[in-house]
Amino acid sequence: MTNQRQIVGHSSPRKEGAAKVTGRAQYVDDLTLPGMWYGATVRSTIPRGRIVSITFDPAIPWHEFTIVSAADIPGENAIVHVTSDQPCLASGRVNHVAEPILLLAHPDRAALPAAVAAVNIAYEELPAVFTIEDSESQKEIIWGEDNTFKTFLLQKDRQPVPDKVWRSADCIVEGEYRTGAQEQLYIENNGVIAEYSTGEGITVRGSMQCPYYLVEALAHVFRLPAEKCRVIQTETGGAFGGKEDFPSVIGCHAALLAMKSGHPVKLCYDRAEDMAATTKRHPSRTRIRTAVSRDGKLLAGEIDFTIDGGAYVTLSPVVLSRGTIHAPGPYHWPHLTVRAKAVATNIPPHGAFRGFGAPQSIFAIERHMDKIAHTLGLAPEEVRRRNFLTTGDRTATGQLLSDSVDLDRLLTRALEESGYHTKRAQFAKENPGSAMKKGIGIASFFHGAGFTGSGERRLASVVTIELTAAGQPRILVSSTEFGQGTNTILCQIAAETLHLPYDDVLIAQPDTSVVPNSGPTVASRTAMVVGKLVERAALKLLSILMQSGDLPEDFTPEDFRRAATIYLGRHGELRSTVEYEPAASIFWDDERFSGDAYPAYAWAVYIAEVAVDTATYSAQVTDFYALQEVGRVLNPTLATGQIEGGIAQAIGYALYEKCIWQNGVLANNQMTNYIIPTSADVPLMHVSFEEVPCPHGPGGAKGIGELPMDGPAPAILNAIEQATGIAFNKIPLLPEDIYEQVERMTTAPAETAA
Amino acid sequence: MTIKLTINREESAIEAPPMKRLLDVLREDLHLTGTKEGCGEGECGACAVIVNGELVNSCLVPVLQAEGARITTIEGLAGEQRLHPIQQCFLEEGGAQCGICTPGMILAAHHLLQKNPRPTFVQIQEGLAGNLCRCTGYTRIFKAVQQAANLTPVP
Repeated sequence: MTNQRQIVGHSSPRKEGAAKVTGRAQYVDDLTLPGMWYGATVRSTIPRGRIVSITFDPAIPWHEFTIVSAADIPGENAIVHVTSDQPCLASGRVNHVAEPILLLAHPDRAALPAAVAAVNIAYEELPAVFTIEDSESQKEIIWGEDNTFKTFLLQKDRQPVPDKVWRSADCIVEGEYRTGAQEQLYIENNGVIAEYSTGEGITVRGSMQCPYYLVEALAHVFRLPAEKCRVIQTETGGAFGGKEDFPSVIGCHAALLAMKSGHPVKLCYDRAEDMAATTKRHPSRTRIRTAVSRDGKLLAGEIDFTIDGGAYVTLSPVVLSRGTIHAPGPYHWPHLTVRAKAVATNIPPHGAFRGFGAPQSIFAIERHMDKIAHTLGLAPEEVRRRNFLTTGDRTATGQLLSDSVDLDRLLTRALEESGYHTKRAQFAKENPGSAMKKGIGIASFFHGAGFTGSGERRLASVVTIELTAAGQPRILVSSTEFGQGTNTILCQIAAETLHLPYDDVLIAQPDTSVVPNSGPTVASRTAMVVGKLVERAALKLLSILMQSGDLPEDFTPEDFRRAATIYLGRHGELRSTVEYEPAASIFWDDERFSGDAYPAYAWAVYIAEVAVDTATYSAQVTDFYALQEVGRVLNPTLATGQIEGGIAQAIGYALYEKCIWQNGVLANNQMTNYIIPTSADVPLMHVSFEEVPCPHGPGGAKGIGELPMDGPAPAILNAIEQATGIAFNKIPLLPEDIYEQVERMTTAPAETAA
Repeated sequence: MTIKLTINREESAIEAPPMKRLLDVLREDLHLTGTKEGCGEGECGACAVIVNGELVNSCLVPVLQAEGARITTIEGLAGEQRLHPIQQCFLEEGGAQCGICTPGMILAAHHLLQKNPRPTFVQIQEGLAGNLCRCTGYTRIFKAVQQAANLTPVP
């Protein structure tokens, strides 16, 4: 029997790693099907208006092309997620730039760009809305009755903040914080290949996170039963949420072209189209008002959290919900109200991106905690320490934290390991005489693992482990691998549970004709929720084999294979299937927005060091400490890699990545002018874990993927405040923003940060 | 026109329009799909290959310019049975996550170690700065390259 500790908790090599390092891994654009044509999309060039006419330049041999419009859609012209307001193809009117209107297909990929340019669309333009403020003003109603996609009201104990708290508090601290849009910038663009046949229905292969989301989208657009909509995930070159909801759009488009042309159709965007047309992280504005005592205790808070959803609802209500629940931070609030809303603008719809609303609201509260500290003349770490949630407390939604929570310990360890106090004192002393201003800053935060609220209950995920003809266990899940390590950790969990070597366990390519619906690959849920189901399915498989009498209590891998072969000979197949069972103790009330928001939370303290060059005004992160408690670490190399990657992405969010829209057009839809961190821009990263096994995950694991996106941006801006003495409250913070503030300070010193 | 190239130590002659991108010739004409397209404008390095000993973004090179060149792609790095030490280190150290930047990144690392078999940390950072990775935060890649450097005897 294999030693269990050697598998879970061990850095088993990535399952598909050899294929990736040799270039053999097949991504969608690497595939060619016989008779395959290529697709392209004709898009709107205005942010809002009516389509008056569509004409085709006679210079193009149009008879060679397949042309699809909304009129070709057999079912509902809608991409259905939370609602069905987003058309699959615009018909009559457009609500954002780059909205799809027509689709073209041709056997020669090179013939498409000229054809797209030769479709002339005339519009009657309508006034458009581009900012949260303009949307709120309702001067133009662009969506529904009031431009509002969704609102939430979160109240601690479901009571408003009593007036007397505001009157009697030692101090009231207020602030406004803003975050910008962010492009996921997976290095592989969105792409799919679709096939259609009248008898068999649709098959779509492609780069995606959630094959069953696309099945549902196809079923609506084609009015077909789900079993006639087959979706296969190909190797996926990064996703980060950007391939959660968007593949429903591109997948339906390619399938429409395949149906009408009678050929398989490949639709792969180039970088410029992907950046211009696909979803980004929601921009946000957060206003916080807090009543605090002189010694830094939070007495009450009111948080107004608003996100810009873009032109259609897509996943905005769900993003808003996660952002709302994370808005209070990991702190105890005697009284708290969070008012949240998602509003419409005429920008391409914003969608899922790692963190899913939490990086926005956590940026606000973590900058605000520093503001409270500066206002009261206290140390930022002490204000946090005095308000930390701890075991036995209730969160703002009323969830009892019965599992161990020890942020105090995390903070102490992070301060110590980073040499925080020494460095802070040293920077304070050296900065006045130095052209390179240094600073160090903290963020403490949490991230809920799994779907928000009653989501997991509704998903009712299913996992199967089957035996192959050779007697090897094979995991069947719709959970996808796109770099985070799904394949590897699920095989580790199954191998450990089955007492088999890691290499003996297989995992199937996600193909909806083969794998059950184990839910979408999102929300830091795969390790904890799907992993637990894999563990249960493995236990069940083992018990079936043991009950058959062919597998002894204490067995070797050879015994297992022999027993498996005997069982298969006798019964033909062995499939062990389990379904998610919600813990009876976990309950969420959607109506009142209260209860147990997540089965478990990851907790973290991050510390950033920065240097701001007063000659170039550029800020560089020079050192980074990330300490987190994520339950048991399943694979240290993969887990550390997840954290490091998230930190780099969040450094980009804080300091480099800016979406510039001009009249609704993304002006910098290129890697040349949308800047992400390179290898020369990342600091040394010191990543460490505290391991406190969690009862909800396999072997005690919790979710990890989104956590590192939450903390770096506020920690970096907190550090920049020490370096420059300026309280920057808006990201991205580019050198020109720093320059502008420094200049303003020189002319009006009164605006210096508190 | 006919273009003669030596690709992964094998000579080939290709019929292609002279301005066709080397990237497309590799992927479409030679079916070497390990070379990836990330941005099409020479920013991301996913299409990097080694041409006459230099690291080149193949999306920026018309095939005409590659006449007579010796080209190494990711497919040419591993031996028959075993991985190249750099590939092995990427696998063990977690240098590949989603894998789409990996072929270009490994070739960039290979190029770096050929020019400088014992690079410092900063030299690794700078040597790979033309190849973007969105998954790893580069730290595991640095470790993989350091590890590979340690395994390679200095000539």
